[in-house]
Amino acid sequence: MPTLRDVDVGQSATVVRVNGTGAVARRIMDMGITKGVKVLVRRVAPLGDPIEITVRGYELSIRKSDAEMIEVEINRT
Amino acid sequence: MPITITLAGNPNSGKTTLFNALTGSTQRVGNWPGVTIDKKEGKLKKHKDAQVIDLPGIYSLSPYTQEEVISRNYLVNEKPDVIINLVDGTNIERNLFLTTQLLDVGIPVVIALNMIDVVKKSGDRIDSKKLSQVLGCPVVETSALKGDGLDELSNTAVELAKAGRKSFFSRRFSTPVESALAKIRELIKNYVPAKNLRWYAIKFFERDEIVQKQTDIPKRAKEQIERIILECEREFDENSASIIIRESYDFVSDVVKACVRKTSSGMNVSDRIDSVVTSRWLGFPIFVAVMFFVYFVSVSTVGALVTEFTNEMFVGSFVQEPLRNLLSSAGTAEWLTGLVVDGIIGGIGSIAGFLPQMLILFFFLALLEDCGYMARIAFMMDRIFRKFGMSGKSFIPLLIGTGCGVPGIMAARTIEQQKDRRMTIMTTTFMPCGAKLPIIALIAGAAFGGAWWVAPSAYFLGVGAVIVSGIILKKTRPFAGEPSPFVMELPAYHFPSAVNVGRSMYERATSFIKKAFTVYMLASILVWFGASFGFSNGGFGLVDSLDQSVLHTIGSAVAGIFSPLGFGRWETTVATFMGLAAKEQVVGVFGVLTSIGDADLALQLVDSANLEGLAPVAALFASPAAAYSFLAFNLLCAPCFAAINTIRTEMNSAKWSLFAIGYQCAFAYAVALIIYQFSMFFAGGGFGIGTASAFILLAVLLFMLFRPTPKQPKIKTGRKISAAV
Repeated sequence: MPTLRDVDVGQSATVVRVNGTGAVARRIMDMGITKGVKVLVRRVAPLGDPIEITVRGYELSIRKSDAEMIEVEINRT
Repeated sequence: MPITITLAGNPNSGKTTLFNALTGSTQRVGNWPGVTIDKKEGKLKKHKDAQVIDLPGIYSLSPYTQEEVISRNYLVNEKPDVIINLVDGTNIERNLFLTTQLLDVGIPVVIALNMIDVVKKSGDRIDSKKLSQVLGCPVVETSALKGDGLDELSNTAVELAKAGRKSFFSRRFSTPVESALAKIRELIKNYVPAKNLRWYAIKFFERDEIVQKQTDIPKRAKEQIERIILECEREFDENSASIIIRESYDFVSDVVKACVRKTSSGMNVSDRIDSVVTSRWLGFPIFVAVMFFVYFVSVSTVGALVTEFTNEMFVGSFVQEPLRNLLSSAGTAEWLTGLVVDGIIGGIGSIAGFLPQMLILFFFLALLEDCGYMARIAFMMDRIFRKFGMSGKSFIPLLIGTGCGVPGIMAARTIEQQKDRRMTIMTTTFMPCGAKLPIIALIAGAAFGGAWWVAPSAYFLGVGAVIVSGIILKKTRPFAGEPSPFVMELPAYHFPSAVNVGRSMYERATSFIKKAFTVYMLASILVWFGASFGFSNGGFGLVDSLDQSVLHTIGSAVAGIFSPLGFGRWETTVATFMGLAAKEQVVGVFGVLTSIGDADLALQLVDSANLEGLAPVAALFASPAAAYSFLAFNLLCAPCFAAINTIRTEMNSAKWSLFAIGYQCAFAYAVALIIYQFSMFFAGGGFGIGTASAFILLAVLLFMLFRPTPKQPKIKTGRKISAAV
């Protein structure tokens, strides 16, 4: 199953599952990344990490290593 | 009857603006019990019996960050009469997620649908009547910035509080979850306050550790609850906390679909700005240009001009001289005139001169923060900072620390993880703050002929100290572990509000002035006293020459500890210690202790880069290496008392504060020793005990830097944090 890390810039994906427990997973979900939500990868920071995504109508930045916790289905357009 | 209103909402939703608009000038800022997170209170305009408490900006009521724990404890334990929930209309979906959690607590809620003017301008429509029906609480459209809807908001909140009517029960979860919650409610209802029953049931369902610890539920009931949760988790193939969050967000999505009509689409303004400002090729050049502009304006050009004006014109001509004439014509004793005019006013005046410079710097930093660019800086720098165990968020305290360490240390509050927060607090004052600039200028002028590279090298030294300390500390037991997460909102850019920027400048200026008239005044008197009094002719009294002064006696006694660093003279020792009162005092002390003879004069010589005038200071150092070692030590060692005090309050632990100060001093000593001894050795000074200890220290530093990270048992991050709170 691909994770949010595998999604290219400009591509969107639907979240299937957020793995992990504890503070980081909780924060990711509290910020609106939950099963079924559509996310769009906006851009990558100048040094290649973290990434900026659009979720629920706002911009969120998240590290690639944390993005690996988020299983997605990439939307082909 | 007095009523209590609580203001709750997401960060970046305009909460500060709304609080200011609702309470006007009646606010008081204190701290929440036990932690140094601002607790703002004020009286509602037009309803003087209504007290408003501002909660920290939060995204959720989870048990994982200090802000969130404070907020939920306050809501559940203090039971305010009504919650004003600020919802940013331009970012309604995520904002309403917090609303669902607030509604569960069981306190009446009124929603302030803020930035409604921006929403309308963009062409979107929010049906606030429908929103109110679906959520079961009043909704008032407001624009805190323009002052629209605030009277209606206040009246609604006060009415709601007086009626004491609870918002209606929102059954937003799916049937299996609601029935699980109903079963849990039955099991816990005798052990928790009836008013918050639903909230406690949800928290038990989430296996919230803080609630489990706070309540006293029989073991049998606990086991039954666990079985109920497990059954639900099997059904959804998801853990219970994530079921609650997902279903809350699903509920919010449905609400938004029903109540919001979006017409705007495509790239918005923020996104267009970001595609340039954080782009791969232009991101860093723009960042460097912005920073260069900020420091060039505030330190070199405008700031320096204003500082010079304050020092020479204002303090010198308008205060000091008239006062001296007045006192001597009134027949005041000469020593008293000296104390008042030179000691107190001269000392404070030389520091007050830095106020404008710092204000200009704070103005720019507040501007960058308010418009949203700070978050982008953190976004771009995260990659670098993660390498030595911090996150991009640590960069902001360091940046503000180049203005003044006190607000810099306080800016570390946004870092969620305790370990990273402590590390950031410990390293922030390595950066050369505004008050250290005169020391740099002094050494550059006195020992290096005003060489251009001294000032940049001080910044590199500061940045290097932060990086090296980050790597070393990260490998020690108290700091080891997973790097802190970096899940950060990038708020939409907006025009900074003059009120917010002004208020932030005002708060910093007043605290600086307060400091000037307490700590600095005492320090100035002490230096003056120490330099003017001493033992001579068998008695204690005014002395003619410094060699007989108290300062000379004390300085000479402890100067030995600085000998290995190359500056073991009593003058340099006294200057270093007085630097603890305020770093810019170092220059003033040299002024008093050398043949320059006056603190203000020394500052002016430094300002005008008068190399000949600074010769008496240069004479104190045997070599340029000794002078640079002195500079390095004074830049890196314990900060001034004001910053030390801030470290103490922010760490909220005597042990950690002592550790921070001790580490800074030890690190400064080691770096200065290595710099001095190696310079002497390579200049052909021969090999001695000093050289040997420098080699050993360097080897130890390198070992700490490059040793592999020690293995340690894996601990769940979540538990550690909630235990630390």
